[in-house]
Amino acid sequence: MATKSTGGTEKTKSIEVKKKLINVLIVDDDPLNRRLHEMIIKTIGGISQTAKNGEEAVILHRDGEASFDLILMDKEMPERDGVSTTKKLREMKVTSMIVGVTSVADQEEERKAFMEAGLNHCLEKPLTKAKIFPLISHLFDA
Amino acid sequence: MDALIAQLQRQFRDYTISLYQQGFLDDQFTELKKLQDDGSPDFVSEVLSLFFEDCVKLISNMARALDTTGTVDFSQVGASVHQLKGSSSSVGAKRVKTLCVSFKECCEAKNYEGLMLCYRCVRCLQQVDIEYKALKTKLQDMFNLEKQIIQAGGIVPQVDIN
Repeated sequence: MATKSTGGTEKTKSIEVKKKLINVLIVDDDPLNRRLHEMIIKTIGGISQTAKNGEEAVILHRDGEASFDLILMDKEMPERDGVSTTKKLREMKVTSMIVGVTSVADQEEERKAFMEAGLNHCLEKPLTKAKIFPLISHLFDA
Repeated sequence: MDALIAQLQRQFRDYTISLYQQGFLDDQFTELKKLQDDGSPDFVSEVLSLFFEDCVKLISNMARALDTTGTVDFSQVGASVHQLKGSSSSVGAKRVKTLCVSFKECCEAKNYEGLMLCYRCVRCLQQVDIEYKALKTKLQDMFNLEKQIIQAGGIVPQVDIN
């Protein structure tokens, strides 16, 4: 089941996209990574929802109501992996920015295939504020 | 009381630095600490709990897989090692991560087979088990020092590793 958490703006600057907070979907089968990425998004001023695998992410988008500014997509997941999920979401005309999250062990060909599935960008684990912040800021500049 | 707080803060600072110098922790742990704030004061211990749960589960899976009297599926063992490597990388558990890298190479080694490969993997697993438990003890000691500082009325100092 996907879960939601609301970001705070206590100490960090919010990133606003068209006068709203960035709404992020975190797709990862690892609860540790989901928690870590949730916290990163919260501290840079976004709000996040999580999905345990690609299939949950697809189900979230099925009714056409879901609207995320950014999807952080893990590559290796059970039920439906990141490559398949990205392809499916793009087939469903999902226009959210999708950033793939890969492991350092992934080969170049695997990363290329992941990008070709429809990613906007790819980042290597572990994710940090420093990796995500400039990426989001740059991609949302008018 | 101020002298006690100062002493505890010094102990905490020295102990934390030693964990980095001895290779138990790396920069990713520093990143975790930076993410913790007043709104989520238990974030680091929450994430570390998830990590240690992962360790117990994955090491148990690997031990079961390597204990089979029949054919061992080394790719399955490798998959568990890969997961553990990912978790350890996410929390900054440097020594555990390094061991997982060697362990994964061992699982994928083509120049060993059968019993010899199994033996080498079991040795790797034993080292990972020892290492994660050592890290858990070290971190518990560090958190105890934090608690003592707070109980004495002091503030836990930010430790600059560089």
